[in-house]
Amino acid sequence: MITITDFLLVGAGLFCIGIYMLVSKSNLIQILIGIELMLNAAILNLVAFGRYDRFNNGGQMFALFAIVLAAATTAVTLAIILNVYKRYRTIDPGKIDGLKD
Amino acid sequence: MTLVQALFYLMAFVALGSAVFVASTKNLVRSIFMFFITLMALAGLYVLALADFVAITQIVIYVGGILVLILFAFMLSGRENLNYISAIQNKFISIRKLPALLLAALFLIGLINVVVKMDTGNLEWVKISMEQKNDIQPTIEMTGNIGVNLMTHYLLPFEAVSILLMIALIGAAHLSRKEVAV
Repeated sequence: MITITDFLLVGAGLFCIGIYMLVSKSNLIQILIGIELMLNAAILNLVAFGRYDRFNNGGQMFALFAIVLAAATTAVTLAIILNVYKRYRTIDPGKIDGLKD
Repeated sequence: MTLVQALFYLMAFVALGSAVFVASTKNLVRSIFMFFITLMALAGLYVLALADFVAITQIVIYVGGILVLILFAFMLSGRENLNYISAIQNKFISIRKLPALLLAALFLIGLINVVVKMDTGNLEWVKISMEQKNDIQPTIEMTGNIGVNLMTHYLLPFEAVSILLMIALIGAAHLSRKEVAV
């Protein structure tokens, strides 16, 4: 039998890889992938705990909501990234340093 | 070791390994496609956690929607950032990445400490749920229950999330339209 602890450990590993990408990458798209990894680690935790809630499905339901919210944020973020690229011709967050023009 | 356990360790290994590859590779296209593998392995883990509906949603929305969006944005944002990336960083561990690596390692140590000390098998509410037969068994079909719950118990969050999706849709369309010349 797989215990919750195993799932939580996998989630912890994914979360830390996400943090590493978030801090070290110099490309907005890779930073976004790091955020997605962290979100997925959180969803894995929700699903793992959701096994003990058969009647209300709390964990699985909020995992579904988290997936939907991740989709919405990704769409908006990518639109912003494309706008940034149009204006600055780069998507390196270290080089985007002007407020207007 | 049962088949379920073997599958769990396989999926966990694939997920973590491909995530490390995503974080370490220089090639951006390859990292996006390896992220695809990570998401698929995570869907497998959801199935092993007895959440098959969440797994299907993960594949449909993440793999079908978000990954294609990311690829789109990557293709549209020029190809010079590819050369730029491969020019500056050659090694996984270099001196300018040391702080990030240190932060991630410390976070990992902290999280593992918390998880191991929590001793999830003996949590109070988990025991109560086991006694009341409230835990999901592999033989039960959950999808119908999720649908009923979504329309009754979780109706307010459902409506809120639908409004938020509408806002995000309009916002993304507004952000990515062509600017009118002033």
